[in-house]
Amino acid sequence: MVTALLEFHETGFAYNGARVLEGATAALAPGELVAIVGPNGAGKSTLLSVCAGLRPSYEGACLYAGKEVRAWSRREFAREAAFVPQSLRMEFPFTCEQVVLMGRAPFGDGLFEREEDFREAERAMELTDCAAFRNRDFRALSGGERQRVVLASAIAQRPRVLLLDEPTTFLDLKHQLLIYGLLRDLRNQGVLVVTVTHDLNLAASFADRVLILHRGRQRACGAVDEVLTPAVIRDIFEVECTMIPQPGGGRWIAYGR
Amino acid sequence: MGGSALTPARFARILAVCGGACLMVLLVAPWIGPAHVDPRKVMAGIAPDTQIFFQARLTRVLLSVLAGGALATAGVIFQALLRDSLADPYTLGISSGASLGAVLAICFGWRDAGHLPAVWIAALMGASAALLMVIGLASHGRRVSSFSLLMSGVTVNTIAIAVILLLQSVASFGQSFAINRWLMGSIESVEYSTIAGLAVIVLPVLIYAWRGARSWNLMAAGEEWASTRGVAASRFMWSGFLAGSLITGTVTVITGPVGFLGLIVPHALRLWFGADHRILLPASFLLGGAFLACCDTVARTVMSPVDIPVGVITAMLGGPFFLWLLRIRQKRYWL
Repeated sequence: MVTALLEFHETGFAYNGARVLEGATAALAPGELVAIVGPNGAGKSTLLSVCAGLRPSYEGACLYAGKEVRAWSRREFAREAAFVPQSLRMEFPFTCEQVVLMGRAPFGDGLFEREEDFREAERAMELTDCAAFRNRDFRALSGGERQRVVLASAIAQRPRVLLLDEPTTFLDLKHQLLIYGLLRDLRNQGVLVVTVTHDLNLAASFADRVLILHRGRQRACGAVDEVLTPAVIRDIFEVECTMIPQPGGGRWIAYGR
Repeated sequence: MGGSALTPARFARILAVCGGACLMVLLVAPWIGPAHVDPRKVMAGIAPDTQIFFQARLTRVLLSVLAGGALATAGVIFQALLRDSLADPYTLGISSGASLGAVLAICFGWRDAGHLPAVWIAALMGASAALLMVIGLASHGRRVSSFSLLMSGVTVNTIAIAVILLLQSVASFGQSFAINRWLMGSIESVEYSTIAGLAVIVLPVLIYAWRGARSWNLMAAGEEWASTRGVAASRFMWSGFLAGSLITGTVTVITGPVGFLGLIVPHALRLWFGADHRILLPASFLLGGAFLACCDTVARTVMSPVDIPVGVITAMLGGPFFLWLLRIRQKRYWL
């Protein structure tokens, strides 16, 4: 067993007294792809943002490399972990390349990006298939294109942990698969990938483990086959489903009767 | 291809053009005015040309370059801080605080202290009071968000304006005139020591802001965005708010509120050079200063001997220019 990189124990969070997350407990290792699933308001994004260091007033423990996330300096943490928000609303005319290069901000102290920074940005844009609109105004892109640029910015950070909040919401089918394929590649290179998603089929086919949240509480965390069963899906998502075996192993989850 | 990424070469190119424009205004504007000034007499130190040039005109041009540059830069800072391109140096109430101080001084006929006008001292106190109020209202512990900053700033602004209106309605005719004059904002000839004092406050703050330009880029995209890319967001917001308030307050104390500039100059420059704050901050200072100096030259020339309030000129010249800028949709950045 590889030692855990990101570990939370009895982690909870309350917004102005309203408890939205409690008792989340798991240990995540490098080279794992973990999907966080659950209905709306289950606390998925909250758990993710606690891990990203955006909610320093969390309860319980949330350790990155053995040290509480809130104790990390923001800059040092940004060299370790990258966060992909659900969406990025931009007021000013930054180009896509500029947005991607922002991922290099935690590295280097100078006023200008270094050769290496441009190289990393270039690579990230190619991986996410967005080099073609590098010089376009970020605000002029479609939702899916923006999502790829934001992901590129996170990949340019060369993170050891990649935290994603619904990275494929606005993507067309081709790019959904492209992005999940990319996440799997990163996983294979030893990156810990944690993604919040509503698409159980994507979670089932790409994730190593699934963490299920329901009304702020963790209901399960384990291998896809053990955790994503029709009974659990009925119980938590309140929908009926059937499992259809895939030709090459694995299963599709078909909703409805 | 004309990439959007900022290389040192592109930075130097843009800075050279902006610096050149600013320098040219500095060199040319003092010669323009209602009275003819003969360069030879100025060089030879013959009255009154020398006095007109050095005491009346050059100080005014220098003041307007510093004030215009400071206001445009403060505009950039507040817009990035609030993530709103309609924010300006006056949105968060600092200058209304300064105005309220000045109006109080006018209404109560406070006497000048030493060689400093009472209005300046009162304006300074007003700006500080407004600053402290916004800080008190916006902070939750040591944390702050752009939303809480906006809400408290706008509230302080509204209250200060309401009190100004109240005072104005009970003031005498003469006081009311003086109040109006202050509220319109104007560039006047000042002592060199005043310009030096202003420069000592404004220039270090600008350099400080510019050194954090990459963090400003992140902040302009969002607090969480900045936070997950290595910026201690709350602390950075406080420092930015203080920096912007300090230069806005100091300038307002001397010139009164000069509107429009802090809104239009950053926006125009974003259209030309893009949103990168490494360029936007210094370019706003240089071209904001040049723009205000040009406006002031027009203000003291076109209807002489009447001095038109410079805020009127910034809006009347800047407005149509700005509309024209918005009309021509450009595909690529300049330079």
